[in-house]
Amino acid sequence: MIYERSMSAVVLFTVFVGFTLGLSFWLGRKAKSSEGYFAAHGQIPWFVNGIAFAGDYLSAASFLGICGMIAVSGYDGFLYSIGFLAGWIVALFVVAEPMKRLGKFTFADALDAKFNSPGIKLAAGISTLVVSVFYLIPQMVGAGVLVEPLLGFEHWVGVLIVGTVVILIVVTAGMVSTTWVQFLKGSLLVVFSAILSWMILERGFSTKPGGDEQRIFRTLGPYAQADFKPTAANLPNIEAEVGGNLVVPQGEWDASGFVQFTAGDETSTWKLDAADDSKADTVLLRECQWVTTKADGSVLINGQPKGTGDGQAVLTPVGRITRLPDGQEETGSLGMAEFFSTLQESEVELWRKHSLKEASGDKTDIYYPKLTPGSEVLRPGENPKFAGIRGDSIFGKLNFISLMLALFCGTASLPHILIRYYTVKDESSARKSTIVGIASIGFFYVLTLYLGLGAMTSGAMDVTSSNMSAPLLARSMSTWLFGAISAIAFTTVLGTVSGLILASAGAVTHDLCSSYFGWEMTDEEKVRLAKTSSVVVGGIAIVLGILFKGLNVGFLVGWAFSVAASANLPALVMILFWKGVTRQGVIAAVIVGMVSSLGWILVSDDTCKAVYGMSEPLGITPFSQPGIVTIPLGFLTLIAVSKMTTGTAQDESAAA
Amino acid sequence: MNSSNARLGVRLFFVYLLLYGGFVLINAFAPSQMEATPIAGLNLAILYGFGLIIGALVLSLVYGALCSNEDATDDSSSSTGADA
Repeated sequence: MIYERSMSAVVLFTVFVGFTLGLSFWLGRKAKSSEGYFAAHGQIPWFVNGIAFAGDYLSAASFLGICGMIAVSGYDGFLYSIGFLAGWIVALFVVAEPMKRLGKFTFADALDAKFNSPGIKLAAGISTLVVSVFYLIPQMVGAGVLVEPLLGFEHWVGVLIVGTVVILIVVTAGMVSTTWVQFLKGSLLVVFSAILSWMILERGFSTKPGGDEQRIFRTLGPYAQADFKPTAANLPNIEAEVGGNLVVPQGEWDASGFVQFTAGDETSTWKLDAADDSKADTVLLRECQWVTTKADGSVLINGQPKGTGDGQAVLTPVGRITRLPDGQEETGSLGMAEFFSTLQESEVELWRKHSLKEASGDKTDIYYPKLTPGSEVLRPGENPKFAGIRGDSIFGKLNFISLMLALFCGTASLPHILIRYYTVKDESSARKSTIVGIASIGFFYVLTLYLGLGAMTSGAMDVTSSNMSAPLLARSMSTWLFGAISAIAFTTVLGTVSGLILASAGAVTHDLCSSYFGWEMTDEEKVRLAKTSSVVVGGIAIVLGILFKGLNVGFLVGWAFSVAASANLPALVMILFWKGVTRQGVIAAVIVGMVSSLGWILVSDDTCKAVYGMSEPLGITPFSQPGIVTIPLGFLTLIAVSKMTTGTAQDESAAA
Repeated sequence: MNSSNARLGVRLFFVYLLLYGGFVLINAFAPSQMEATPIAGLNLAILYGFGLIIGALVLSLVYGALCSNEDATDDSSSSTGADA
């Protein structure tokens, strides 16, 4: 799609980001010591810390990724919401209070509290870096996605802007300003999502197409399948109805299920859709949109150059209800439960993609409408990534269980979330702030289903990018709301990214340089080193954010959870609940969990297809999500190695 | 920290684990059950999903209400952890 810059959105956005930066500089004057830089002197009030948890946790993945996935495939995206929230139960009931008691600055502190071993610091420090960098990728991708429609910049410019602003925030003031940015963003995100959901319910459903031009994509037929041959007797009638001459299908187009017609300069593409289950040889023609990427890199939209002038074309925003219960055209405002029960009885036009690679090197992505009953939109298993639960293969089901396990275990293993326990004064504050966090995060996740389904039926969706759904939904309501939502989404990225960079800087300064390499540093030098590492990690994040453009950010975050849960959770939980843990056991568990989950992800079929662009995946792993194998593996490694090294551990740890 | 808090936490954790595990297993092995619409035209997927989110909040409030607030007064239990 072509995005036009809207002044009101830009003004709101600039004010917002300016205010955030100003606040950050102002707060930054106070934080000079490393205690202040990393842990805000442990002086953050518990309520503020709780909302900051929401600000830290509700990342681009939640806001853009989950809403986008729900908008494209329905209920499946909500499975992430459920899993992300469930993880907080582990954080509250198992990890929160001991975490506050055992550590001071970093997650490694807590693991190492009993042993004081540089080896543990090294392993946990590296794992913190790996998880944080993995988590940074989707945030940066989300940033690029946001800036594109808002300011009209290219994706990479967006990534660069976020990267720079975040580095400024982190370098100026560390944890104090990061906390307040997260508090601000957490409150605004929840409040504005509630407003947007309320507006969706007020607007209700309508069968009118969205967008300024209110274009309806045509459906013609039914015709006999055999009519689509140059010699068929009925072809002239079809051509008259379509308004163009059939392009004789050649190469990849032959038997692809799609046909094209031309009239003068204009071409149209149609999907041959089975008309009726009982008659396999009759088809309906459904009008499509398509994007061709030529071998030389130029892009054509619907066969024409991209643009709004004569002889140019842009993709039309899509997504609407095609049929409401009892033949209504508009429902008017709906109640919270009525929203779902109405959708359950309706029919929705979803859009799917089919790619054709031609011998000439041209690649064509065809986007075609798929009429789907509301009851299927509201059930799990429609998204290709979750379709395994409806299949017969046990691996498809294990893949799903594996992801849900990683989400459950991942939250309490994320270093940037765990360090927030050091910013409050005691264990009771740690507990209370977690409860506040659960309340605000849970409320937001309930809203994601309304936001996602609202976007699905808003007529404002971009067929090429699921991540844009929530901001585009806001734009379909009002430009000001669009500006506000985009600005909030942008600070969403800022808040989470600054937390991640701070966690990484802490790992480099305390765990690696100070504890492992034994650098003697004054407090001031520590802060300076932390700031330098923030700049480096920020730079890496910018590069990765540009490389990974186009992947659903929710999906990417799922990976970070898998690695975090496999590497960190076994050690953390066992230290709390088993007296037989040894230093070597902890180190082995962290390393084995990290390497196995990371390795699994890098060779999994999903990665091969989505990241490396391979048409034939390697097929090394039986399913794509590692958690169900690598999390137990971490526990087993810890127990086995601890058993083998019991007895020697105490003496060595004293000497090490 | 006080070990009665930890024991309470672990108990509530297992309650939630049962609820969550049930949801995941039904989705994995009997996904068609999620399409049933037992109440007010809402399907089980939505009811159970919302139930898990609200349930998490309820359990966390119960935990908050029952926990004692004496912080780190008993150092003997703090070095080895929760099951002491």
